Amino acid sequence: MAEKVLMKGNEVLAESAIRAGCRFFFGYPITPQTELSAYMAKRMPKEGGTFLQAESEIAAINMVYGASASGARVMTSSSSPGISLKSEGVSYLAGADLPAVIINVMRGGPGLGSIQPSQSDYWQATRALGHGDFQMVVYAPSTVQEMADYVYRAFDIADKYRMPCMIMADGMLGQMMEPVELRERKTDLPAKPWATTGHQHKREHNVANSLYLTAEELDRLNHERFERYEEIKATEQLSEQYLCEDADIVVVAFGASARIARNAVRAAREQGVKVGLLRPITLWPFPVDAVRATIPQAKGYLCVEMNMGQMVEDVRLAVEGQAPVEFFGRTGGVIPTPNEVLENIIALNEKVGE
Amino acid sequence: MSNNEMRLILAGFGGQGLLFGGKVIAYAGLIEDREVSWLPSYGPEMRGGTANCSVTLSDEPIGSPLITDPTALIIMNQPSLDKFEDTVVPGGIIIVDSALTNTPPSRTDVSSFTIPATTSAEEAGLKGLANIVCVGKLWNELHFCERETLDAAIRKAVPARKADMVDKNLAALELGISL
Repeated sequence: MAEKVLMKGNEVLAESAIRAGCRFFFGYPITPQTELSAYMAKRMPKEGGTFLQAESEIAAINMVYGASASGARVMTSSSSPGISLKSEGVSYLAGADLPAVIINVMRGGPGLGSIQPSQSDYWQATRALGHGDFQMVVYAPSTVQEMADYVYRAFDIADKYRMPCMIMADGMLGQMMEPVELRERKTDLPAKPWATTGHQHKREHNVANSLYLTAEELDRLNHERFERYEEIKATEQLSEQYLCEDADIVVVAFGASARIARNAVRAAREQGVKVGLLRPITLWPFPVDAVRATIPQAKGYLCVEMNMGQMVEDVRLAVEGQAPVEFFGRTGGVIPTPNEVLENIIALNEKVGE
Repeated sequence: MSNNEMRLILAGFGGQGLLFGGKVIAYAGLIEDREVSWLPSYGPEMRGGTANCSVTLSDEPIGSPLITDPTALIIMNQPSLDKFEDTVVPGGIIIVDSALTNTPPSRTDVSSFTIPATTSAEEAGLKGLANIVCVGKLWNELHFCERETLDAAIRKAVPARKADMVDKNLAALELGISL
């Protein structure tokens, strides 16, 4: 086992990406993500890689497109408003079937919003980061260790399915330090026969492109891509369950708010309320199977998010009206307190117990 | 929540080294292989206003790293005392540096210690290390780790480029323990 070190979430995202073989990073500074870029600026040259502070977020994501097309492991990072700027490029990556890892250390919105933690980009990440029919695999770590583990995994998943992958963190996870065990450096990266590396008259041209002027051709490609998405939905769902086996009330929360919910669940158990926590780790694919497995036992669900209620819609889709699904959230950078969550658990328990 | 859990807020002006003081305690937890979280305030308050950080040491996985019900406070200015005094759980502990506070804590259901951290540090030639003096005092009251762990934590927390500061930090710890 490697020795544990104490690191900030933002720095761990950078270090773990390097260990996963990322050698190109293009970004533009924004709070509360900046330590990630700063770390990359320091480390990348020592790794023989490229760190480039682009002139804008849009330039950065298009550099990601170029590096990815040539077969490199590449990452960009930003925070909410900066991610919006990248959305055109992310759609192009998806349309050209190019792998990339994108980090969103979320802050309050909409607009410039606040610089404090938030989870209000859930819809953007899971529904429509950019135009057109496409999805990204989205991981929502809730500890610094998971930030190390899932950015490491995201590079493999992005390459495997040839698609953009996102890590959704937030200002709290990015800024906090926890002990972390970093993974070993990857040396054995997958071959990319599709990369535009020069054919040297030995093979056909490889082309990275998202423009199709023949309707039938684009229709076929979109259907093919969605068959891949079905495979991902069947195999890549991840979640963690805490005290759910006998739970009347299932709290559903991801990332930082799951940590707060966990405190509240523990406190409610001490008061005799049968409550558990279901924590989605993949936001897309949403862990529908894990939510459905709780339906026979659960009398009610409570979603806790740092937004006005976004993931709650996915929970309702999974529960299909078989139990009430309620919501509690704070926004703008306000972090819900365990006591507020506890009050909502107790209120829901009284309501469904009648 | 385990009884062994320490939830500490360190608060004062930016530049007093409160984040670093928190880091020393976090390293002590790391060395003893405990659950640890360290969360700084960030944003406008860092620029000239108040700075604070939340440090939790526990034997169980830590839920929220943002502490709303601290068991311990290290306070280095009056606005921070006003902001956090009422949040301490009964039976908790408050360490206050007398140099930059006017009124001592008024709570009677917690242990409070008002110490001349900044003044004694300056007199001992340890200017700027009142933060570590307060950490030493906290350790003396709570023994949140082994004594030698605390020294080891200083050695880990001081960055290599400031290695010449290790001895002064260790002296500041001793000073705090003796106050």
